[in-house]
Formats: sequence, structure tokens, C-alpha cells
Amino acid sequence: MTTTDILEGRKAHIHEKGAVPFNIACEKQSVAGSVSQRACVFCGSRVVLYPIADALHVIHGPIGCAAYTWDIRGAWSSGPQLHRMSFSTDLQEKDVIYGGEKKLYQALVELIEHYRPKAAFIYSTCIVGLIGDDVEAICRRISAETGVETIPVHSEGFKGSKKDGYSAACNALNQLVGTGDTNGISPLSINILGDFNIAGETWVIKDYYERMGVEVVATITGDGRVDDIRRCHGAALNVVQCSGSMTQLATMMKEKYGIPIIRASYFGIEDMSKALYDVAEYLNDKTVMRNTQNLVRDEVSKLVPQLRKYKKDLKGKRAAVYTGGAFKALSMIRSLRTLGMKTVIAGSQTGNQQDYARLQELSDEGTIILDDTNPLELAKFLEEKKADLLIGGVKERPIAYKLGLGFCDHNHERKIGLAGFEGMLNFAKEVHGTVTSPVWKLAALHRKDVWSATSRQHRQGDES
Amino acid sequence: MIAALPVSEHFTATRNACKLCTPLGACLAFSGIEGAMPFLHGSQGCSTYIRRYMISHFREPMDIASSNFGEHTAIFGGGKNIRLGLANVIEGYHPTMIGIATTCLSETIGDDVKMFLHEFRKDHQGEALPHLVHVATPSYTGTHATGYHDAIRAIVDVLAQPGPTIKGVVNLIPGMLSPADLRWLKDVVTDFGLQPILLPDYSDRLDGGTWSEYKKLPPGGTTIQQAARMGQAEATLEFGFTTNEATSAGTLLEKKFGVPCSHMGVPMGVALSDALFDKLSQISGRPVPVKYQGRRGRLIDSFIDAHKYVINKRVVVFGEEDLVVGMTAMMAEVGLKPVLCSSGGKSKKLGESIRAVAPEIADDCEIHEGVDFEEIAEHAKQLEPDLLVGNSKGYKLARELNVPLMRVGFPIHDRIGGARVLHVGYDGAQTRFDSIANGLLEMRQHDSDVGFTYF
Ligand code: SF4
Ligand code: SF4
Repeated sequence: MTTTDILEGRKAHIHEKGAVPFNIACEKQSVAGSVSQRACVFCGSRVVLYPIADALHVIHGPIGCAAYTWDIRGAWSSGPQLHRMSFSTDLQEKDVIYGGEKKLYQALVELIEHYRPKAAFIYSTCIVGLIGDDVEAICRRISAETGVETIPVHSEGFKGSKKDGYSAACNALNQLVGTGDTNGISPLSINILGDFNIAGETWVIKDYYERMGVEVVATITGDGRVDDIRRCHGAALNVVQCSGSMTQLATMMKEKYGIPIIRASYFGIEDMSKALYDVAEYLNDKTVMRNTQNLVRDEVSKLVPQLRKYKKDLKGKRAAVYTGGAFKALSMIRSLRTLGMKTVIAGSQTGNQQDYARLQELSDEGTIILDDTNPLELAKFLEEKKADLLIGGVKERPIAYKLGLGFCDHNHERKIGLAGFEGMLNFAKEVHGTVTSPVWKLAALHRKDVWSATSRQHRQGDES
Repeated sequence: MIAALPVSEHFTATRNACKLCTPLGACLAFSGIEGAMPFLHGSQGCSTYIRRYMISHFREPMDIASSNFGEHTAIFGGGKNIRLGLANVIEGYHPTMIGIATTCLSETIGDDVKMFLHEFRKDHQGEALPHLVHVATPSYTGTHATGYHDAIRAIVDVLAQPGPTIKGVVNLIPGMLSPADLRWLKDVVTDFGLQPILLPDYSDRLDGGTWSEYKKLPPGGTTIQQAARMGQAEATLEFGFTTNEATSAGTLLEKKFGVPCSHMGVPMGVALSDALFDKLSQISGRPVPVKYQGRRGRLIDSFIDAHKYVINKRVVVFGEEDLVVGMTAMMAEVGLKPVLCSSGGKSKKLGESIRAVAPEIADDCEIHEGVDFEEIAEHAKQLEPDLLVGNSKGYKLARELNVPLMRVGFPIHDRIGGARVLHVGYDGAQTRFDSIANGLLEMRQHDSDVGFTYF
């Protein structure tokens, strides 16, 4: 496999730290035929808006886009579960020919009547962009007729990348922000943006903030509620994780309402602590600061001894990180360091120049930095760099397993919370469990002398 | 068929679809050819979603390339992208075949893929190119099952070659089955002294071992040579209740090369398996091998052992139409009562097929084509089933009804081993039956105040 040549169009997207001055291509459309791990604009907007649990999410287009995103994400809700349904106009041939507006209108009337959502998001997918349905007009009409705010999300897959989907989602959210009553909101208050409440992570983070004495007005993208979003412009501060997705909304709010922005990551001891301190410092309140110090001290002193036994086994192991956004990769590298591990490959689907520059600063010599990579490249570098662990999502999992190395799911489908201090412990357990599993000893990689490739034995027919 | 119970409301929208989109089926079919690479002509998202979805079921690498439409492409056509995409796939993967399926997008803008491929071949004259198999799969005209069958036909159309009949070679076109099913079928045909050519055969590619080094293309699959020889086989056996015989791959082989095709039910349950064994016996001139007589005997014995626990238990079945028909046939044989048979597919043949394989239950069973999960749920709630049989997507309903879900078909992504579920033959019936019977027993234990430890 080490013989894999990198496609010409891909070379500029790969950087090895130390070999040459930092330079990497990114934020480009994926190379045709490169088997990118990326999704599309629709995916980006669906990800961001998905956790708004009391809204109706209707996907306008043929069935696929809706079917593949039905309840696959781990964004938990403390109340309504409407977001876990998959609604689609399921366009048929005649709709494609004559237009899908009527069908969309009819579908929305019925769904809103039946489910009585707080708001509705209508996602336009590829075909809709082509056949030119006036989704905006239908949404206006539905809003007027039903009184339920119906918001178009322009997420035609081909019109850009996942990032453009984030932007479409922010535009949609922006229609809600500023429409609610902000009375009674404490000056010591924040919004949590860009945390998706995977396995209840938002609740963990929210709990920290509340222990600090900070009011959380809205958790927009994790266990989100329409009414909270309507009034979230009353908060004193926006705290943005997953900057790729939510910076835009935060910026809009800054311009319109003067709400400052803090970037945060909730993964790993260092980043988690820093996030809380940053918020406390900004709010500039003695009690909050004291509470924060106590909280961090308590949590860290509880956590560190628990990590010790995992660290012992993991020391010196090598990891590869491939995440959706690049900011998260930074936290991963730090978390892995906490566990005594070294990151030998770091990459993301959607990072920008600045992200990658920081990634490479933080990395050791020889680390491979990848933008928008594909299975062949990943496999090649995993082999070359002798990684023991891959951190990624479902699509990356079989690459690791086939090669006989551990895997940690850090995507939106995971069922284990990895954020916060308790998340760090979960992370350590999971990484430890997979890296030290005895199953790798049985894998082909280590048994090749004894068992040559036997797959032919099972093959059908003869070859003559 | 009793009149459908009134469902509270009609919805124009599909709510939780009981189907997937057409290119997914095509990608699955293409995955059954050795060295083949599926390629979606359209935008990136579709291929990534389909990959993700298939990986969650098969838990194997699943590379699907895309021509990656951008805004320009959608306006000016995908000719340039497909050329670059194919060249990159060839350079990166060295495939023996590229299976090109269109997405809704490229279909709607009216890309002439045939012409693009023609141009591509011209540009690369004199080079050894992989076979390029193209199938049109606009998703707004069918389901993943449609895409699957159309792709199989396209493969046969491109790869099968004429020639003198080779004795003992039998084509087997099994339909959307699991890798375990495919392995089982190959063994059976081989045990009759025949040489099976299975199309597709993803039994290794989508359920393989670990590797000592990364393979760009997973090993296994119907070889190109085998596919070529399908035109020279002695016979074709094509499974499927609801496929369109007139346009099937088996019919194509018959028309083009004179290979006689037997259209048969998917061999689920005793009667349909018997039909397969009879056919193989007839083609090979050999009796049914003793080992299968033994398995059949054990299966029937187990039916008898457990018949009281399953009799008249009410079952809701859902999934691909062929799977629904096959499972229904098997369950009716043991006295289970399918009360609702449902699918997102729309072949218009579901009812007729069920009446053909399970006439004894068909009159008391609701049969619904083209439904989604919310409709299935509404009907199911009124029918008070004891058991659900279908893919993972029925879990929500099973939980709500507090009944077991026996997982079959695709997708199974909340359990390990979706690829190893055996549905066909005596062995498939055995494992399915045992799991149904045990599921029902477990429910009895669960519901009992006493907590029986002995049945
Ligand atoms: S556009 Fe068509 S091919 Fe693509 S995911 Fe949607 S339904 Fe499937
Ligand atoms: S690329 Fe278009 S059709 Fe495909 S999944 Fe994305 S929005 Fe849907």
C-alpha cells in the first residue's frame, strides 16, 4: 500500500511538518474522483439545525437526502423529539418535471397541522435548486397562513461545501434571533453555540456554567428550542465551539446586538478549563471567578488520578486524527498528549489556512497535515506513520479496523459524551479500550506469516 | 386482503421512509464485481451519505467515487467532471470496472453519460481502460431495489459475451441478499457439481477478513471473466418476486445469448428452498445431496418442536418487497400470522406475490406498497402484533409496541453482523425461525410475573 501515489490534484492539500515551510491548500472543492470523506451543503445545514428539537425539519427533494439523515445523529433532546423524524417531499418524476411547489405546500400544511411545531425549517436539496421551486414564497405563505414561522434553508448540495451549509443554517437561525422577549435575563449570561449535545454533552457544559453562576440563555445547536433562540440576543456573551459552523451567527449577533464572541473547545482538560476561565474573565465578576476556580480545581483533581492507569498503557502510542472541523483537531492533539500519546497525522474536512497553521504549530516534526483527505491517503499515512489509533467518524472506521488499529468515534453519531472533564475520562477509557484490545494480535497484520491470503479459497467457480 | 383499516390522516410528505435511494442499490450491485469501483455522477453529498449508510451496515470499507458537481457543473453539465473523476479513479484505484450511476441531479440536467463515456474512451484510445458500466438511477423513479436490479442488468449487458455453451455453468442472480446468503447459495450450487456464477458476489468484499496491508479494492467478487461467461452458461436462475421479468438481467441473457432463465422466488422457507433444490437437481441430473436432506429434516423437526410457541402469533413485516415476500412465505409455513406486509417499494406486485407464496394468510393480511414508517406504525398499532420482522429502522416502533424486532434485510445498523444474517435456504429458515421462536419465548419470560425458567 505504501506504493500509493498521491493524485496530482491532491498534493497541495498535504503537508509534512518540518520538511518544507508551511503551505497547504484548503477550502477548495474536492477533486472529482478522489473519494473525499466530505458531504455537501445540505449536510452542513442539517447538522447545525438538527438539534432544534421542537422545530419541524422538512427536506424538499427526492428521498435520499432525508433517508440518509434520519435519526443518525446523537443530538439528544430533553423534551420534544421532533428533530429525530425524517420528513421529505420525496419528489417523484412528475414533480421534477412540473415543479414541486404544490407538493411542498400541501406537505407543510398537513405536517404543521399535525405536529404543531414551534417553527419549521425547509431544506432545499440539489434538485430543488435546479427545478427552481420558489421555496421562499411558499415559506412566506405557510408562515402567514399557519402562524408557524417557516424558514427556508438554502442547502442545495452542489452549491458549495459543508461550510456553505453552515452559513445557510446561520442565516436561517438569524431569522429567529431577536424575535423574543429578553426580559429578566441576567447580565451574567451566555449562549452556547456550536455544541450539539451529542450524548448529552451540552448538559454537562451547561451544568458547569450554571455552577459558575452564569445563566445559559440558549443552547442553540444542542437540545435547542425555538423560543430560546428567539430571545438569545439578550445574553451578554456568545460562546462558540465548532467555530466553522457558528461563527457566522455569532458575528451577525455581534454586529446587530453588540454581543461579543468567545471561542471555546470543551475537549480535553486544558481546553475545557480555558473555556470556563475565558468566560469568567470576560464576565468579570468575582463570585463567578471564584466559582470557576473551585470548579476547575475540583474537577481536575478528581480526574487526573483516574487518568493515571490509562496513561501508563498508552504512553508513546501514536494517533491519527481526522475530524470535520480543524479546531477540534487541536483539542484532540492536546487530549492525546494528556494521555501520553503522540499525534502523527492530523487533518480535517473543512479547515482553513489559519486552522492548519495552528495545527502544524502544535504538531511534532514529521506530523502529516491533511486537508479533505480520502481513504487511500489515510490508509497510506496510517501505515507509513505506524499509527496505533485513528480518531474519526463512521466512514473512517473500517480503514482503521482493516489495518488492525484502534479507532475512536469522534463524530456526531457517537453515543458516548467526550466533552467536559467527565468526557475526558470517557475519552481515555475509550482510547485505552481500543488501543489495548487483544483482538489486534489476531488480526492479519500480525498473522501474515502463518496464514497467507486465503480469500481465494472461498471464491466462486474456476478462473479458466 | 381485508380492507385497510382507516389511517387517521393522509400525509403528502414521506415521514420516515421505508426505502432508500436508487444509486445506493446500484452501488451495492457494483460492489459485487472483482476490482470494481462504484462511481456516482452527481454531487459529493450523495456518494458520501450512501457510503456512510452502507458502512454502518456492512462495517467494511466502501469507497464510492463522485464526479463532484459544483455550481458550474450543474449549469454547464458534468462532462468535464466525469472525465477528470474517472481518470483519477483509474489512477488511484486501478479498477477492473467502474460502475457509473447517475444521481437525481445529473439526470435532471440531462447529462448524456453515454456520450461522455464515449468521449472518454476516445481520449484514452490505446490505453487499457477498465470496463465502464453505466446505469441511469434517478431516485425519483424508484427505490434502492430498483437501482440494484437496473445495475445488475447493466453489468450483464456490458460484460456478458456470446460463445458455445459451457456445460455445468449456472448463472445465479440472487437479488438484494446478504453476504452470508450469497456464500450459502454458492455452496449449494457447487454441491450439485455445478459451477455457479453469482452476480453480484459481494460475499467477500462486504464481509471480509482483516488485511495485512491496506487494499485499495477489497478482494473477492464476480470476476470479469465470469461475468463474460454468463452468456455461455447452461442456465440462469434469477430470484425475485417483484422484479420486472421483462427487463431483468436473466431475461436479457436469455434474449441475447439464448441462456434459458428460470425466474424463481427468493428461496426463503421450506417450499421456496425446495423449489431451488428441485431445479438444481434437474439441471445437474443429481439427487439433492444428503447433507441438505439432513438440514431440511432438522429444520422441520425444529418447526415441530416449537410450533406451539409461534402459532397464530401476529407479525408485521417490512422492508424491500422481495424480502417481505420471502419472509412471509417462511413464517406462514410455521403458523405465524403476518398481519401486515409493507414496503416503501412500488412494484405493484407485492400483493400478488404474497398470495402466490402464502395463500393461507393472504386474505387476512394487510398489504401495503409505497408506505413509510409512520404509516406502517399507524397500521401496526391497530393490528397489535406480537413481533416485527424487518430492518433496524423498525426499532422505534418495536420499542413503542413493546414487542421484539427480528432484524433482517438492510440496513441493520444497531446490531453487529448485518452482513452475516442468513435469510435463504434451510439454514436461513433455521436461524430465522430459532430467533423468532426465542424472541417470543423471551417476551413471555419478560412479561410473566413468575419468570419461567423452563418451557
Ligand atoms: S439526490 Fe437523489 S441520488 Fe442523491 S441522495 Fe438525494 S435521492 Fe439519492
Ligand atoms: S449532494 Fe444534493 S442530493 Fe446529494 S445529499 Fe447533498 S443535497 Fe442531497
